[in-house]
Amino acid sequence: MAELTMVEAINLALAEEMRRDERVVILGEDVGVDGGIFRVTKDLIEEFGEERVIDTPLAESGIMGVSVGMAMRGLRPVPEMQFSGFSYLGFHQIESHLSRMRWRTQGGRQVPVVVRMPYGAGVRALEHHSESREVFYTHMPGIKLVVPSGPRAARTLLVAAIRDPDPVVFFEPKALYRAFREEVSDEEDEPITIGKAMIRRDGTDLTLVAYGAMLPRAMEAAKTLADGGIEAEVIDLLTLSPLDHEAIAASVRRTGRCVVVHEAPLSYGPGAEIAARVMEGAFLKLQAPVMRVTGPDVNVPYFAREQLYLPDAERIADACRATMNY
Amino acid sequence: MPREPLQFESRVERLSILDEDGKADEELVPEIPDDLLVRGYRTMVKARRFDQRRLKLQRSGRIGTFAPVNGQEAAQVGTISALDETDWFVPSYRETAAHFWRGTDPKDILLYDAGYNEGGALAEDSRTLPLAVPVGTQMLHAVGIVHAARLLGEEEIAMTYFGDGATSQGDFHEAMNFASVFDCPVVFVCQNNQYAISVPRSRQTRSETLAQKAIAYGVTGIQVDGNDIFACHVAAREAVDRARNESRPTLIECVTYRLEMHTTADDPSRYRDEEEVAKWRQRDPIERFGKWLMARGLVDDKGIERMEEEITDEIQAAWKATEARIETLKDVGPMFDHVFAELTPELARQRARMQDGHSPGGWKDG
Ligand SMILES: Cc1ncc(C[n+]2csc(CCOP(=O)(O)OP(=O)(O)O)c2C)c(N)n1
Ligand SMILES: [Mg+2]
Repeated sequence: MAELTMVEAINLALAEEMRRDERVVILGEDVGVDGGIFRVTKDLIEEFGEERVIDTPLAESGIMGVSVGMAMRGLRPVPEMQFSGFSYLGFHQIESHLSRMRWRTQGGRQVPVVVRMPYGAGVRALEHHSESREVFYTHMPGIKLVVPSGPRAARTLLVAAIRDPDPVVFFEPKALYRAFREEVSDEEDEPITIGKAMIRRDGTDLTLVAYGAMLPRAMEAAKTLADGGIEAEVIDLLTLSPLDHEAIAASVRRTGRCVVVHEAPLSYGPGAEIAARVMEGAFLKLQAPVMRVTGPDVNVPYFAREQLYLPDAERIADACRATMNY
Repeated sequence: MPREPLQFESRVERLSILDEDGKADEELVPEIPDDLLVRGYRTMVKARRFDQRRLKLQRSGRIGTFAPVNGQEAAQVGTISALDETDWFVPSYRETAAHFWRGTDPKDILLYDAGYNEGGALAEDSRTLPLAVPVGTQMLHAVGIVHAARLLGEEEIAMTYFGDGATSQGDFHEAMNFASVFDCPVVFVCQNNQYAISVPRSRQTRSETLAQKAIAYGVTGIQVDGNDIFACHVAAREAVDRARNESRPTLIECVTYRLEMHTTADDPSRYRDEEEVAKWRQRDPIERFGKWLMARGLVDDKGIERMEEEITDEIQAAWKATEARIETLKDVGPMFDHVFAELTPELARQRARMQDGHSPGGWKDG
């Protein structure tokens, strides 16, 4: 057992999978000699060589398109988009080919690519480095999207993603990269099943849904609420697509109330989808409308105001109290 | 320090062998067995007749739109015939003639044209990829495929096709650049048919030729008369040899012309005049190759007549079979197949609801 940060846990998962399966290769900008600008791929080039940890030219569409080709020829590429904010140059390849190659060849070609990309605010970064645009990818049929909420989840989810026969977009909450350490087993952990949410805290009064960098804030809010006698059940989604709406609805059928937290903007965000699913799965048990605690419908402001933009424990707790008093 | 012109190596040539009248520079005609020459000719004719039949089917509403090959048969058959079956063919959407050379079944093309995903089904061991609609994107797949093969310890080469318009795309640049940096054995075949829908070649780039774009990537480039099957074939053979022996990419610009509409939805009279088209009809790739074959005694009028009949029958049989197959494909279910390796519970639910005549989303018991 070692106490690892999320960066170290992802690095561990990559190394383990590359040892286990020769078909796993990494490619991207600065992923080799430099070990990635966040050091997620640190030292991998030493162990696996530059043929499997490939420093590419600076071109996201190139990285994605070449990954699609490599996967069609039997490799399991794990390309890195340096920031999700630059993945849009590769978006066309993801939407037009990665997400649908299996479908358009009627199963003749599979493209088991895991596209890793750091997302989200909270690290005082430049413009274009802080957005949380997961819905661009959750809205794409044929793509799975997962978001770990801590080092242990990151390690096991990445293993599951690499072993998955379908393309996975792996959203890394960069605010959590080094935020805290967790015990991560030296042995292989059971991979988390993609498509399954986890209950991180039991509660009977309301269901609090979060993921990624918002999970720790939701947990903090739950603690504050407990001091005031409100017991929140906290669900960590882990996978956004396909969404485990059964788990959410089952919880809401018990609690009768639901609050969703995400840092993506409010309108058309994951909260809207979750609210609709709660309507379908728990309508008659609902005692208050589903509440959303999210970023506003603006771009993430420059970093002086990014913490104002982000939902925090106080705002989350406030929404939960409002829901209780509805 | 004085100013001086930059010195760099330019490896860009132009090649033509067979002229408009069917006369060849016999010194340059490549060695090709007679039966392959005739097979090449037959493939060109079949592609053209297939388009003519498809146009009728499209106009009567039985299939959707498609991109005719008419005028570009030599550029396609000349180049693809330099490949072995085990090499990769990575097409865009206009390479019907190349597909026929590779053995793609006209039934599959017709089923795709009729709007059924099943027409795009690919055998797992196939090295012919299905057509790619988003302009330029497929070139990167060719690069990825051969690079992956190398990492897996195999030496494989790929030939990828695209148009003059595609050279303006970032993906063209990224693919050429990746291929050169990583020493990828890819043959880039640009069919410069003078138009990207309505936009003329002169609006894509001020570069005097497309072939010279190779220079910037440190790649060998060649421009050929794209209506001259021999020039296309010689350039492709050299490129294939370079790919196999030196693991280096090549850019081939086939200067050709699209004699028909861009797709069946297009009206070319809006952007080009008949005179220009007539000029290019004089340079028809099938006619000039036919003349050369006749002069050589490899085909005669009777033989061509028989060939035409066979082709007509073959296309007719393919359409009949397609029509019959379509009758079995009316269910809503197949759109859910192959989205993922396994059907997710959510997709299963949506499919069941639609099969029951409902919308995919809906109420569920709580
Ligand atoms: C990325 C993308 N943009 C636009 C289109 C619409 N479109 C289809 S074909 C075409 C012109 C392509 O011209 P060219 O590359 O010269 O090939 P050609 O059709 O002449 O064979 C356009 C604009 C598309 N399919 N993909
Ligand atoms: Mg064109």
